[in-house]
Amino acid sequence: MSGSRERDSRVARIDAAIRVIPDFPKPGILFRDVTTLLLDHQAFKDSIDIFVERYKDLKIDVVAGIEARGFIFGPPVALAIGAKFVPIRKPRKLPGEVISEEYTLEYGTDCIEMHVGAIQSGERVLIVDDLIATGGTLQAAIKLIERVGAEVVECALLVGLTDLKGHLKLGGKPVFVLVEYEGA
Amino acid sequence: MSAVARDGDPRVARISAAIRVVPDFPKPGIRFRDVTTLLLDHQSFKDTIDILVEKYKDKNIDVVAGIEARGFIFGPPIALAIGAKFVPMRKPRKLPGEVIGEEYTLEYGTDRIELHVGAVQPGERVLLIDDLIATGGTLRAAISLLERVGAQVAECACVIGLRDLKGQERLGSKPLFILVECEH
Repeated sequence: MSGSRERDSRVARIDAAIRVIPDFPKPGILFRDVTTLLLDHQAFKDSIDIFVERYKDLKIDVVAGIEARGFIFGPPVALAIGAKFVPIRKPRKLPGEVISEEYTLEYGTDCIEMHVGAIQSGERVLIVDDLIATGGTLQAAIKLIERVGAEVVECALLVGLTDLKGHLKLGGKPVFVLVEYEGA
Repeated sequence: MSAVARDGDPRVARISAAIRVVPDFPKPGIRFRDVTTLLLDHQSFKDTIDILVEKYKDKNIDVVAGIEARGFIFGPPIALAIGAKFVPMRKPRKLPGEVIGEEYTLEYGTDRIELHVGAVQPGERVLLIDDLIATGGTLRAAISLLERVGAQVAECACVIGLRDLKGQERLGSKPLFILVECEH
């Protein structure tokens, strides 16, 4: 129907606006750089509009964005759907009382934090980030949000890397990806 | 010269009240102005963006540049509303691809801010956004970097200004707009 064809043409333009940087941050990795999307006002607006259309009637109380590129896409969605915006950050960035969740990397561990009291028990949360790869960071964010008694309704990403099958690590939590790519 | 939002605007009083003070962060004696509580008040967050959009929508702004990381929260909604590109200005080694950087001095040591080559074109009019101006060191480095690529920084806008740190002086004649002024 015409609705999905219109969405397809917006996605094609969004896809075309995202550039690939080979060998970043290390050799063999094809990095999907969303900053070029932000230089195309219409495509950037379309990406937000697609998310807003999807979530505006789902009674989302909170949009949680993962530092730092989740801070670019999360707030416009939160503003449009009437939700709070909550930043999920690297350690020692948030002032005041925080809760932390550690997660494993290929080598070693990392940690993300959220303010105590930012999200209330029972609230419905949408997590937003630019990209899902292994899903490790997203999985940690889901745990953090569930630990305070809130419900993760969905994770919304601009880009998903299909080869890494990151969504399988999210314990059945729905993942919505705007543009999918092969390869890590 | 710096302009401060009129106290008579009822929206500003609510925005100011939504920003919390966290004492002794990041170190003893510092009263940290935490905008994350503003983001939990949807109306106040929306008002903050609306005030800035009203101010800049007819100023022929080509680019909104936001300083990592909290500038990423306020910059994109403004860019989307006024039809401008959004360009992130980042800490070292975060941006993939070719970058140019500007080093600047801190109380102890130095830091560096980076911009993608080609993100901002010569002659473009830029609105520079951050959540807070303290001494003005980071903003001054960002202005230098943008001017090095031939852009014109039309104005800097911050949600919070620390009155007695006199950040405006580091910016020279560059126009600065502050929504909420606080004592350091």
